[in-house]
Amino acid sequence: MAGTWVFVDQRDGNIRKVTFEMLSEAKKFGGEVAAVVFGKGVEGLAGEFAKYGADKVYVADDDIFAAYNTGAYVAQIVAMINEYKPNAVLFGHTMNGRDMASRLAQKLDTGLATDAIAAEISDGKGIFTRAIYAGKALAKVEVSGSPVLATIRAGVWEVVEAAGAGEVVKATVAATAADVYQVAKEFIPTVSARPELTEAAVVVSGGRGCKGPEGIKVVEQLADLLGAALGGSRASIDSGWLGHELQVGQTGKVVCPGLYVACGISGAIQHLAGMSSSKFIAAINTDTEAPIFGVADFGVVGDLFKVVPLLCDELKK
Amino acid sequence: MKVLVCVKQTFDTEAKIELKDGKINDAGINLIINPYDEVAVEGAIQLKEKGIAKEVVIVSAGADKAMDAIRTALAMGADRGILVKQDTAADEYARAVVLAEAIKAENPDLILAGHVASDDGSSQVPTRIAEILGLPHVNVMTSVEIAGGKATCTSEADGGTAVTEVAIPAVISSQVSWNEPRYPSMKGIMQAKKKPVATVDAAAVDNKVKIVEFGLPAGKTAGIKIEDDPDVAAVKLADWMKNTVKVEVK
Repeated sequence: MAGTWVFVDQRDGNIRKVTFEMLSEAKKFGGEVAAVVFGKGVEGLAGEFAKYGADKVYVADDDIFAAYNTGAYVAQIVAMINEYKPNAVLFGHTMNGRDMASRLAQKLDTGLATDAIAAEISDGKGIFTRAIYAGKALAKVEVSGSPVLATIRAGVWEVVEAAGAGEVVKATVAATAADVYQVAKEFIPTVSARPELTEAAVVVSGGRGCKGPEGIKVVEQLADLLGAALGGSRASIDSGWLGHELQVGQTGKVVCPGLYVACGISGAIQHLAGMSSSKFIAAINTDTEAPIFGVADFGVVGDLFKVVPLLCDELKK
Repeated sequence: MKVLVCVKQTFDTEAKIELKDGKINDAGINLIINPYDEVAVEGAIQLKEKGIAKEVVIVSAGADKAMDAIRTALAMGADRGILVKQDTAADEYARAVVLAEAIKAENPDLILAGHVASDDGSSQVPTRIAEILGLPHVNVMTSVEIAGGKATCTSEADGGTAVTEVAIPAVISSQVSWNEPRYPSMKGIMQAKKKPVATVDAAAVDNKVKIVEFGLPAGKTAGIKIEDDPDVAAVKLADWMKNTVKVEVK
């Protein structure tokens, strides 16, 4: 059986980091590792995947793939799966990845493990660990089938450089206009100098203790100093200080950065679910009894309006 | 226009999760409508209030107690419900198959559902339903306009916001930021008791995904906690960030 395919998550040639994380980890499953990239004018990206160990790079290059659309992408990968028969296909658990993988799984009448945080893959079988209840519990699940399908959470695997042959295989374009059922009218990129929440190495979040947009500004200064993504607890989203796309927690995003800094966040269970798998956690809160201190590697009992600016000054030294 | 909303009954998001005999313990847990589905119910009711939808039908696959979730949606303002009785251990595939079967019989113009369930976090079922029914699907929708046989959806996308148009009938999965679900009024709760809810048994469908085991995450333990003057605490925290975490300062 051919080995593991990693579906490349990219827009306009900007490749999401989870792609490299999956390529790096896929080598552990044995067999060939291939990157699969769909787009227009994307053949030149092949070298990027070889750098992280891709033995092969399957390229489907056509106008129809210029931007992600579920129908055409699924039709194309189904044709390629039938032709090349990979043992497993992994997608990033991104908006597009989960959408494409779910539709693909149903088309193939098979199972799918979404948002996996660990994987063991052998011939025709995958054992995946999934965080359920937004990380309050874990489920180890078995997915059988050919191929084994899963979407992988960003940030759980290390990116490791390892030269691969990166042999380019041009796939026959199988998708047709009849497969397209979504008309893309517009794409408005988020204008922010900050990294995205789910991709960032550092996340700095503000909660109720920010008391308003002024407090968020204080937290933003720390975020920018650390090159971090900005996030918030439900309190600061419900109060309208931050947009919902920045909510960390059970009805928002689950993040696992190298460092999470919680400012003025008490640590309600639904927030803890979204961030407690971060590698390091720092917390600044006035209430010494706040549950956030129960998960913090470094806690400061104090007022964020005083501590955060002083911290910024110290970090600059 | 007939709008059908899929709802799943889930644990309250504030619930603490514990294991009992190797399974998730549901004893004493408050059950709610999955918050993402609740937004879909609210959106459907608003479509009815605007005169775009004529009827709002709620469908849930689950145990007998999922009837409470259906009644809550009816109390919010939906017209009638269908409970497809199915073992709660059904996986995403099995749930999608039985829901699609119930939906097909209703032949709705629009199918709404939350884009993810707050319990299993799978975000698969609405997409699978669309594939089974051969319908277009738009994921993670934050607002929608329905006109001229088309749904124009604004959705959360990776790195931005996408505007996508699909022909209806279609399946659209909602993000929680679409709207603010209403609380059922006392009058609504009384009326909901009289609204019709059909109960059907799900066809036997085998799961595709096998649960090997449930576990709890290794609890993170508290580390250093400083209660000192802000300037002293800030120096220590900066030192920890630089030397232990090894952050890069821009």
